[in-house]
Amino acid sequence: MRRLALALALLGALVGGGAVATSVGAGTDGAAPRPAPAPRDDDRAILHALSRLSFGPRPGDLERVRALGLRAWIERQLRPETIDDTATERALADLASLRMSIPEALRAYPRPDPRMREKLQSGQLTRQDMLEMYPPEKRPARITAELQAAKVLRAVTGERQLHEVMVDFWFNHFNVFASKGDVRWYVAAYERDAIRPRALGKFPDLVRATARHPAMLFYLDNWLSAREDFVVAAGPNRGRRAGLNENYARELMELHTLGVDGGYTQRDVREVARAFTGWSIERPQAVGRFVFRPAMHDTGEKVVLGQRLRVLGGADDGERVLDILTHHPSTARFVATKLARRFVADTPPSALVERVAATYTRTDGDVKAMLRTIVEAPEFWSEDAYRAKVKTPLEFVASAARALSASVDARGAFELARASAEVGQPLYQAEPPTGYRDTAEAWVNTGALLARMNFALALVSGRYASVGVDLGPLVAGADRRQPAAVLDRLLAALVVQPTPETRAVLAEQLSNPRITRLTTDDRGPADTDVARLAALVIGSPEFQRR
Amino acid sequence: MTSMERRAFLKCGACALVALAGPPRFLVRTAAAAAAKGKVLVAVFQRGAVDGLSMVMPYGDPGYAAARSSIALQPPKAGEQDRAVDLDGFFALHPGLAPLVPLWENRSLAVVHACGSPDTTRSHFDAQDYMESGTPGVKSTPDGWLARAAKALPATPAPFRAVAMGPTLPRALQGDAGAVAMQSIERFDVRAADQTAGRGFESLYAQGVRDLLSGTGRETFEAVKMLKAANAARIAPANGAAYPRGPFGEAMKQIARLIKANVGLEVAFADMQGWDTHVGQGAEQGRLALRLRDFGGALAAFAQDLGDRMADVVVLTMSEFGRTVAENGNRGTDHGHATAMLALGGPVRGGRVYGRWPGLARAGLFEARDLPVTTDFRTLFTEVATRHLGVAPTTLFPGWTAAAPPLGLFG
Repeated sequence: MRRLALALALLGALVGGGAVATSVGAGTDGAAPRPAPAPRDDDRAILHALSRLSFGPRPGDLERVRALGLRAWIERQLRPETIDDTATERALADLASLRMSIPEALRAYPRPDPRMREKLQSGQLTRQDMLEMYPPEKRPARITAELQAAKVLRAVTGERQLHEVMVDFWFNHFNVFASKGDVRWYVAAYERDAIRPRALGKFPDLVRATARHPAMLFYLDNWLSAREDFVVAAGPNRGRRAGLNENYARELMELHTLGVDGGYTQRDVREVARAFTGWSIERPQAVGRFVFRPAMHDTGEKVVLGQRLRVLGGADDGERVLDILTHHPSTARFVATKLARRFVADTPPSALVERVAATYTRTDGDVKAMLRTIVEAPEFWSEDAYRAKVKTPLEFVASAARALSASVDARGAFELARASAEVGQPLYQAEPPTGYRDTAEAWVNTGALLARMNFALALVSGRYASVGVDLGPLVAGADRRQPAAVLDRLLAALVVQPTPETRAVLAEQLSNPRITRLTTDDRGPADTDVARLAALVIGSPEFQRR
Repeated sequence: MTSMERRAFLKCGACALVALAGPPRFLVRTAAAAAAKGKVLVAVFQRGAVDGLSMVMPYGDPGYAAARSSIALQPPKAGEQDRAVDLDGFFALHPGLAPLVPLWENRSLAVVHACGSPDTTRSHFDAQDYMESGTPGVKSTPDGWLARAAKALPATPAPFRAVAMGPTLPRALQGDAGAVAMQSIERFDVRAADQTAGRGFESLYAQGVRDLLSGTGRETFEAVKMLKAANAARIAPANGAAYPRGPFGEAMKQIARLIKANVGLEVAFADMQGWDTHVGQGAEQGRLALRLRDFGGALAAFAQDLGDRMADVVVLTMSEFGRTVAENGNRGTDHGHATAMLALGGPVRGGRVYGRWPGLARAGLFEARDLPVTTDFRTLFTEVATRHLGVAPTTLFPGWTAAAPPLGLFG
């Protein structure tokens, strides 16, 4: 009852752009008439939306969304093409590999000469020689490093926040490990060409685009999978027998579409693998694009989830399998569960999952439509969902930089990407096809919490040389000799609503002489160490949640 | 509710229970724990499903070479280097594991072959989940088997009773044993010029809220203090032990330091990735060989580093399942069923391969393709946890009672 009332009030707020009465978070008695709206309640809804649909609020975001109206802001975020983001684009210009085609990347970052290592070990070559002949910025690892920096840059400074959230979400859903073999040359193109244009599009299109992309074909080995009795006809492996590889077929069903309990069998895994035989990569080290190799393809009859594929379907066999899988009710439920887990709670309410799944079925997996179902759901705005999610390391690092209005360029983004790794999430480095987990217990542990606190300290004290943090403007207007006023100003600027307990602890810190420096005659505080206070806020339990 | 939702729900139920469990779990710290020099179990997870058939090769079984035209190891031959090392006239150790041969010879290394889970899933994720929760087929189990083992130990809880080396706490140690996840001893501290920041954070997490975050925060500060008191950061590898570079060697080195620091470590966990050899697995050389070299090198260095202390330590290795008997079309192997696990340490009756060998004749294979499981992994894990650590068997694997007799790994 109460949740419904809250939701209705909130929908009112959405329609009215914050001017209409709302009572989120107020009162506990569902039957009693709602008390008059307090503006703070509107703000809480805006903060909630900012924390879920973006990488966290920046100073001033609250006011901006309030002025625009929450619903209008959400709608705008759902249409990223209408949002100007030239500043971010300009910063990204320093990262050249992002714009390269796969053949260009293969040429610009050549595979290291395997003899180099031997020569290095035998002393024929000094480390210095090698660095000169083969500088780090020319190595394939550079592509991943630039992609990591780009993710951080877009998360921190990008205006198309929801789009970036979804790019990150779908990359993780269709995870590839950037350090597996040739994936290192394909990974940037994979995100740019397969994921990014479809992040707010149709789910079946994402499945199709990833299925054909060389990054996925390589990562899950499908490019090598062939009919059982295939013998290589030419090239260095001439005469070698090849055969079926189940890797992609299994993960396609388990992790991309149906989910592990989605109702497929080992026999289906074999049949799907047979359907995808011949889906391969043309000259992986020179061209790196999708090719169908009829000679590798298994032309026999195939039955997938009880449906017989058209005989002699060739390359269409795979397409037909993707059709069957993306139109399966298990896929609707699996995708709905993952979205609801990202946006609502680690254990998403099953009624909400069912509604999002119904939207999937009705709209052929339209991502925008599913996101609308979520943000219009009472469950999204419920008290249970508020701050229910623990930030992933990327979300934590990005939200901290955003809260402090840090100025981040490409070089700063490299540093913050390393910070994300230190907190437990090295970007694009999830080796298993499951990607990174999206639940609290994956990220909350002693070592990771220490790393988060250390990141907070390092960030405010300027230890990331290329990340500009200027705390002065954040507390501008507050009298530094009035510690409590500085704290209030800081909390408002960082858009953190602390619990009373946290507020009390922070206030207590104000009596610490290292935080509040006393005047020489000991007659009261002369200045407040804003950096230390800010570090405590960023490292606080509240800031670990979104 | 789908099983995935159910799993998530129960997991969070467990978090809530943890949170409500009352006062911080580290009641007694430095002094008591430092005095103890107890038994230690180190669990090592080979993630991605190691090919047990080439790790511990059944060269005496004609089915092995027959099924693997390009990736079968050559059988051992006396005096030949870089070939598999004979163990008992039937099994041989992959040449990458050669550093472990002295441990086999001094009878502190044992192999359990055809070991695995009764559940038939070939999903890495599910199979790891089942092996770590210890409940094959049941996803709703809120905690991991190692957490249950640690919790059941009679000794007074210490902050470092249960430690996972790595950025995240593995499923096996999730639960209410208060397990610590850490990447290294050096980095396990609040790094600031003075103690103000550390104290500030400590107060923030000490407040009344009982949830996963604050609970973990409180444990963190207890652990930091203890590690400092023990001066663990100063302890270096001993006896000339040289760990291979890389995350697994580093993890084993850190675990050895914690053992030598006497901070009350009883259960440790480390994992190693990269065993999912679908393509180009290789034989004596190649992808699998490289992984095994790191793996064997790190385990051997660990034993050397600890020296006499290995009398109290058992290392148990595991992997979610094995790989197909036959190689696939890409000179690799696909997801299979049973695999081989190792137990090493002073208390182990080593120099033997345990478990019934089912043979590789096609008719006897699981689903006509995989090595069948003849030893339930829980039989092995139970034996190690009860005989070595002294845990009561009833708490380890809920809903399961051993049908088979113990393997006899301990004297």
